[in-house]
Amino acid sequence: MARRNNIWANLDWLTVILYLILVFLGWINIYAAVFNEEHASILDMSQRYGKQIIWIGAAIVIAIMLLIIDSKFYVFFAYVFYGITILLLIAVLLFGTKVKGATSWFQIGGFAIQPAEFVKFTTALALAKYMSTHSFKMEKISSLLIIGAILALPVALIFLQNDTGSALVISVFILVLFREGLSGVVLFLAFVAALIFILTMVLSPFHAIIILSIGALLFHYFIRQQVPETLKALGIYASLSAAFLFGGSIFKLEIAPTQLLLYSTIISVIIFGVYSLRHRLYNMLTILGIYLGLVFFTFSVDYVFNNILEPHHQARINEVLGIESDPLGIGYNVNQSKIAIGSGGFSGKGFLNGTQTKFDFVPEQSTDFIFCTVGEEWGFIGTTTVLMLFLTLLLRLIYLAERQRSTFSRVYGYSVACILFFHLAINIGMTIGLAPVIGIPLPFFSYGGSSLWSFTILLFIFLRLDASRSEKLSH
Amino acid sequence: MDNYSKRKYFLAAIFIVVVLIFSIRLFRLQVLDSNYKQYATKNVLRRVVSYPARGLIYDRHGELLVYNKASYDLLVTPRELSEFDTTALCRILKVEKADFITSLNKAKRYSRYKPSVIVKQLSPENYAVLQEKLFRYPGFFVQTRTLREYPQKTAAHVLGYVGEVNRSTIEKNPYYSQGDYIGITGLEKAYEKELRGQKGVSFQLVDVHNRIKGSYQNGRRDTSAVLGKNLTTTIDADLQAYAEYLMNNKKGSIVAIEPATGEVLSFLSAPTYDPSLLVGRSRGANYAKLDQDTLLPMFNRAVGAFYPPGSTFKLINALVGLEEDAINTHTAFSCSGRGSRPIRCTHDHYSPISLRDAIRESCNPFFWHTFSAIFRKYQKVSDAYEVWRNHVMSFGLGTKLGNELSNEVPGNIPKADYYSYFYGANHWNALTIRSMAIGQGELQITPFQLANVAATIANRGHYITPHLVRSVWNTQDPEQKLEFERHETTISPEHFDPVIEGMQAVVEESGIRYTSRLDSIIICGKTGTVENNHGSDHSVFIAFAPKDNPKIAVSVYVEHGVWGSRYGAPIASLIIEKYLNDSIAPRRIPIETRMHEANLLNPIQKK
Repeated sequence: MARRNNIWANLDWLTVILYLILVFLGWINIYAAVFNEEHASILDMSQRYGKQIIWIGAAIVIAIMLLIIDSKFYVFFAYVFYGITILLLIAVLLFGTKVKGATSWFQIGGFAIQPAEFVKFTTALALAKYMSTHSFKMEKISSLLIIGAILALPVALIFLQNDTGSALVISVFILVLFREGLSGVVLFLAFVAALIFILTMVLSPFHAIIILSIGALLFHYFIRQQVPETLKALGIYASLSAAFLFGGSIFKLEIAPTQLLLYSTIISVIIFGVYSLRHRLYNMLTILGIYLGLVFFTFSVDYVFNNILEPHHQARINEVLGIESDPLGIGYNVNQSKIAIGSGGFSGKGFLNGTQTKFDFVPEQSTDFIFCTVGEEWGFIGTTTVLMLFLTLLLRLIYLAERQRSTFSRVYGYSVACILFFHLAINIGMTIGLAPVIGIPLPFFSYGGSSLWSFTILLFIFLRLDASRSEKLSH
Repeated sequence: MDNYSKRKYFLAAIFIVVVLIFSIRLFRLQVLDSNYKQYATKNVLRRVVSYPARGLIYDRHGELLVYNKASYDLLVTPRELSEFDTTALCRILKVEKADFITSLNKAKRYSRYKPSVIVKQLSPENYAVLQEKLFRYPGFFVQTRTLREYPQKTAAHVLGYVGEVNRSTIEKNPYYSQGDYIGITGLEKAYEKELRGQKGVSFQLVDVHNRIKGSYQNGRRDTSAVLGKNLTTTIDADLQAYAEYLMNNKKGSIVAIEPATGEVLSFLSAPTYDPSLLVGRSRGANYAKLDQDTLLPMFNRAVGAFYPPGSTFKLINALVGLEEDAINTHTAFSCSGRGSRPIRCTHDHYSPISLRDAIRESCNPFFWHTFSAIFRKYQKVSDAYEVWRNHVMSFGLGTKLGNELSNEVPGNIPKADYYSYFYGANHWNALTIRSMAIGQGELQITPFQLANVAATIANRGHYITPHLVRSVWNTQDPEQKLEFERHETTISPEHFDPVIEGMQAVVEESGIRYTSRLDSIIICGKTGTVENNHGSDHSVFIAFAPKDNPKIAVSVYVEHGVWGSRYGAPIASLIIEKYLNDSIAPRRIPIETRMHEANLLNPIQKK
């Protein structure tokens, strides 16, 4: 009995209250988004707002159950949970129902369950378990490979379901790894690689190489602090490239400009390499190596995209990056979403008074685009309030994670914060035109049982771990 | 405890910076920029879909077979409704009040903001009355659609019909949305992509009262509708109508092909139906009536029904015999008439008999001996059978001939394995399957395939894939001729002439000369009688004409027509005469009348 009291006393009530506020706000905004005069009661079970209250009630029951269970349970069975969700992902590929092109749902009677939602917390558990073992060292290649495998398995399976959005969520674990000691260089390179990928796709490999070269020269300047040397390098590279490109056009060679640029780049790198060796500038050699690697990465992105991927994969990537603006697709949706949010003004049109989100102009207005309703009816005050609530929750989670004694709990806590952050950034980012349109839900807000339950489980397992932080966990 | 705890600041900083960027963006969107407010309060975007006119269908001489007429759907946006006199509106629309209220409630349940169709396909007369009074009924508006119209009311099975697209098609093909029309059978289905064109989408700014205020972004995102393409078919509308006239009150089919091109001149499955029944508001009731009719008028017998070919198949057996050197034009076999073994003969004639006269007399024993001679050339019965089957299949039998009509069946020429399985390997021989020699047994051939056999013989050994559409075109695109493959048979061309001599003798020397011989044109033909255990036998006839440089090949099946000579041959000769001479000779008018008036729908039970 004493131990049980202990849990409620040690529970972080601030987080629980933030959770309840967000879930409640989500519910009334779903009500507003799909409001139907003939079913005006917010408890009408034939409507989405009526169903959402069932999901919320069930979520609270789940949360209480999660708190009652002993915290060692989550540590002990971490791999088992991970294994079960991986099996579910395989099963859904074989027996799942297709919804909007993605085979990611199990249809059981009137309910639809999406296993990809639940793989987030099991992956976090498995990662936390592995990183808290004694054999784990961030510097060891074998440790990194195992982490890579734990993360890659669900990503691959979710990609196969054609659910790109959920697969991309896993990428946020790199922030958790960084907190646990992953080299900043890796984080930086991952960031640069993502940037180059987008540059190559949105612009062209030609532009990407030019931007990379400018970046490399700037880097050279910051490290060496010698303007003449940088200018000399720029002169050599620019004149070589110009010679190749002009030569190509004068002699009417059947070689693409991008390829000519690649030749001049390789020759320049050889010249600079010899120069660096002679002057024993070994850090310059490293930079040249990374630079050359990134140039080849650009080409491989281009090659893989044009020659290996099939047309429907290409279309998907183009869609995500918004390159092909199909009037019925991305451009139209984001524009409608911006109109809805923008029309809310400073203080909003008032509860149930939105027009844009009711006229079916905004797609998926109760799920992925629920933030539009907030923006239209509650205005700038409403949107910033929601953002601040989320930010408070995220910072609180970092605080809680840092106060854990066990590595397991800390890694898990950071995973929770980072997953919530990723969803927040992509979901709200896409409604205001700052992120590509990737269909992932806004935590606690979006309509749907699977997503609400998975975020509840994610959060409350951590709260349970936190409540017993003074106990010694296994290992 | 760990060395990286300072990195928490880095993560916290990322979170804060992203939220800050979002807040700034929201401040600009919601507070600074007033454009969005204007967009939202004064104007909203609406997607307007424009439907291009469906392509028209013409016959081979440019006569119109299918065109479009306007029809009007009444739509309702429930949110904009105000009090109105339901009874008066129903009187204008000529609909039942109860039905109207049911569909109005359904529309309200579906969406209060999106329009739904409430009354489909108003006639132009109804629409004219409604148009003047529509202002009294806010929330209702009319959308123009097109319906198919058939000036000739013929060739229903060729043309097929269009209907609303079903749910499973919408899920499979994103082009279609609820309420779109799609070709469901016939050429409407086969050439759906060409006929339908491409829907256009325009984005328009409309105010709260649904009034169009202008185009969005100067129409940069609009796509214009692409006109559907017209089809020029190979059908001769007059000949088609004549075929339907002759097959009045009969079950069966007539297929006529131009041998040199493979173009189908006439394609009839009887009984047929008036294609305009499957258009418009009464379509549902008409469909149910046709569907329940025991004569199966919607069933396309010409490609969907298969029968044994009967004696017409003897022509192929003769050709295979010649090619395999099992017989030559002088080979004679003896016939003991009705006492012949193992197959008796149904005619009285001299004996022994050779190829030309055997075809004329349709002598069963002759073709049994030919069949058996083919099999004697090979050691193993299965080898012999496969050689024979390969020859037979080179006439386009046992596989689907075309790809235009979706309910086409391949028919069946069984494999050797079938008999080996049925009787046991090496426990069967030519005698076991002797009925194949005279076109009975397991052979399954469609009337369409049989017409193609006639065309192949007319061509002396090859055929062009028979087809119903010659070209697609419209006012914007030049005519695009469709290409069709040429198929060679395994029979050398020189073997056809003796068989054709026999076919000429059938028409000019046998009993059918009184009903089927023409004065000016040499017809080559062959009768057939298909044994039927469920009633009178079926009458079959294949023919082509003229003998040299043939212009038309035809197959006629008349169910319960008893003998090929009784109905098949006269009908085929009338079709040929009509096509080549454009009129029927006065002395043959009584034959025409007799064919038209014969009623074979109530078959006399076999004695």
